[in-house]
Amino acid sequence: MGMHVTIDQLTEIMRDVFDDDNIKPTEAMTADDVEAWDSLSHIRLIVSIEKRFDIKFTNAEVETLRNVGDLLNAIEAKL
Amino acid sequence: MNLLADLGWLRRPPADIRDRFRSMAGNPNQPDIVSDTALIDIASYALDINQLTRVSRLATDRLKSPIDTVLTRFKLGLIGSGTMSLIAPAIAGSGPRHSTLLTVVEGDYGRALEESLSPTSSVRSAQPDGVLLALDYRDLHLDTAVADPDTAAGRVSAAFSHLQTIAENLRPSLKGPLLLQTVVPPMEPLFGSLDASECGSSRAMVTALNARIANWIREGDDVLVDTAGLANAVGLQNWHDPAQWHAAKLPFAQEMVPLYADLICRTIAAIRGKSRKCLVLDLDNTIWGGVVGDDGLEGIRLGQGSAEGEAFLAIQHMALEYRSRGIVLAVCSKNDDTIARQPFRAHPDMLLKEEHIAAFQANWNDKASNLRAISEQLNIGIESLVFLDDNPFEREQVRRELPLVAVPELPLEPALYPRVLTWAGYFEAVAISAEDRKRADFYQANATRSAVLASSSDMDSYLRSLDMLCTIRPFDGVGRARIAQLINRSNQFNLTTRRYTENEVAAMETAPDKFTMQVRLVDRFGDNGMISVVVFDKSVHAWTNDIWLMSCRVLGRRVEEAVLAHVCMAAKAEGVKSLIGHYIPSAKNGMVANHYGKLGFTLADESNDGGAVWVLELERYRPPELPMQITRQESTRVA
Repeated sequence: MGMHVTIDQLTEIMRDVFDDDNIKPTEAMTADDVEAWDSLSHIRLIVSIEKRFDIKFTNAEVETLRNVGDLLNAIEAKL
Repeated sequence: MNLLADLGWLRRPPADIRDRFRSMAGNPNQPDIVSDTALIDIASYALDINQLTRVSRLATDRLKSPIDTVLTRFKLGLIGSGTMSLIAPAIAGSGPRHSTLLTVVEGDYGRALEESLSPTSSVRSAQPDGVLLALDYRDLHLDTAVADPDTAAGRVSAAFSHLQTIAENLRPSLKGPLLLQTVVPPMEPLFGSLDASECGSSRAMVTALNARIANWIREGDDVLVDTAGLANAVGLQNWHDPAQWHAAKLPFAQEMVPLYADLICRTIAAIRGKSRKCLVLDLDNTIWGGVVGDDGLEGIRLGQGSAEGEAFLAIQHMALEYRSRGIVLAVCSKNDDTIARQPFRAHPDMLLKEEHIAAFQANWNDKASNLRAISEQLNIGIESLVFLDDNPFEREQVRRELPLVAVPELPLEPALYPRVLTWAGYFEAVAISAEDRKRADFYQANATRSAVLASSSDMDSYLRSLDMLCTIRPFDGVGRARIAQLINRSNQFNLTTRRYTENEVAAMETAPDKFTMQVRLVDRFGDNGMISVVVFDKSVHAWTNDIWLMSCRVLGRRVEEAVLAHVCMAAKAEGVKSLIGHYIPSAKNGMVANHYGKLGFTLADESNDGGAVWVLELERYRPPELPMQITRQESTRVA
């Protein structure tokens, strides 16, 4: 079975991508909640996650993600 | 690791890099050479796209001040296909690595022609120093194969005209050159091998277009950016990411952005005349295999006959190639000067000769001081130097003392050195002239020993940063073979050059009148293994040195002082009054003639052949504070 990804691991990446050490993501968080989270930094976020966990998302998968919770589930499904 | 995509010639970012970014951003003072050097230094790691974005913000803040030190300003217009907005900050963030401070002005998405035609477009009204034209094969309508050669030629001409129109319309607003990219072809072949010869294939049309672009560059002042060559080298399969193109019109894989940004920045640095001019070479294990002082002319590996020897030949060949295009060569080696020159003069496989080397610094001084001496001697700036050295200790010392010298990281395999050095792009050229090709000859071959500058480097603080751990134990069965090997192989740092068999070494393990030491050293870069062997003959009032040897690889680390402290402590505990050291000269150990003098011994006697006897009165000895942790262990007795 795959490994577990924690919200802490994702927090580290998000703080790096959005350059904000104060971000405290919750599963319900969406791009609307973070000023620096626009379509371009979203691309950087996905690419950073793919690199960090050595996984690849398809475009179709990325398009279904609505919030941080979805993102965590999507990552775990690949591990 | 992918050498190109991961910028393998650069160090990996340190764990505390975000703290460093934060403290740099919070600096309230006016910029000066110290803060600018810090900016250059932090950009000199292999930063990812997030980190580059961070540096671009530091650069933007820096640009607000009119103060100029070592960074050159350049305003770059960016007109390209697809989404350039993720690439622009990466380019600005890579600038300081090449001593430039970039303002990047992006053209509007998908409006390359409009940007060029309208005088009030964002790119034109910014009056940039240069504009990068980065169009994609899809925007140039070369993404569909055509059936016949005439149509193919027509498509290529149309694409070329399109580029020309954009270029000529931009020119009036430019203060400097156009940077024209070659077009990266697609990787999906329609026929297979035939794509290379079928002129109607997408790939053939792109290749034909690139040939016309190269021709165009040759006739003018514009600058070529060979993106096609870059994509080729890193691999089209790594370069193209169709999913990212479909999702967000990213013109190439985001993972390639740091590499691409570096290519752009090195080109801009070349435009500004900041390409490096001099390649400084270490010798041992950098241009030949082995250590010439220990292995001798016959023992170093160079030339046909071994894989290692061939690899070093290739490195020398590369250095000569650089010289033939105008890069000056210099040598910086920890060696006796005469011994270091021997291979250049007498080794049949050496490609490099003394007359190819414009400055030759071989001595026991630290390398940063020697690089300063080379820069003075050649009358070129320290920022013109590239330093190639297989030893991470030396590389890091130079980077710390001289952050403006380019010091590439090197892999363990010397066969890869040419690839790493050439792809680091330190010597990027935007034009080549006849004068360039002759430059290396203008420097007289330096036949005489160069003046050695007194060391001005802060070695102690560097040494303290290395977390050195020195372990000293008596001779034992476990270390016996290695001890015997060092005793029989060491020539340079060897006070008496006495050779003993392994059996004789074994006997010393239990001899009551021998004080024995095997010394190991570990540091931040790894375990150096056993690096020194010392034996004293014990008598009631004095201990006399029998063997004192050390690996030259750990010179300058103050290991000898740690050894002396250890011996003195043991001798004092047994009520001994003095230590006696002998220097027995040989053909190769001239470097240790004053070893005892440096350790505080007094010269007691000299002989005609250069030999000497030295004495240390133990009651006058005080152990120094040393930049390392010393662990004394009992021997590991083998039952």
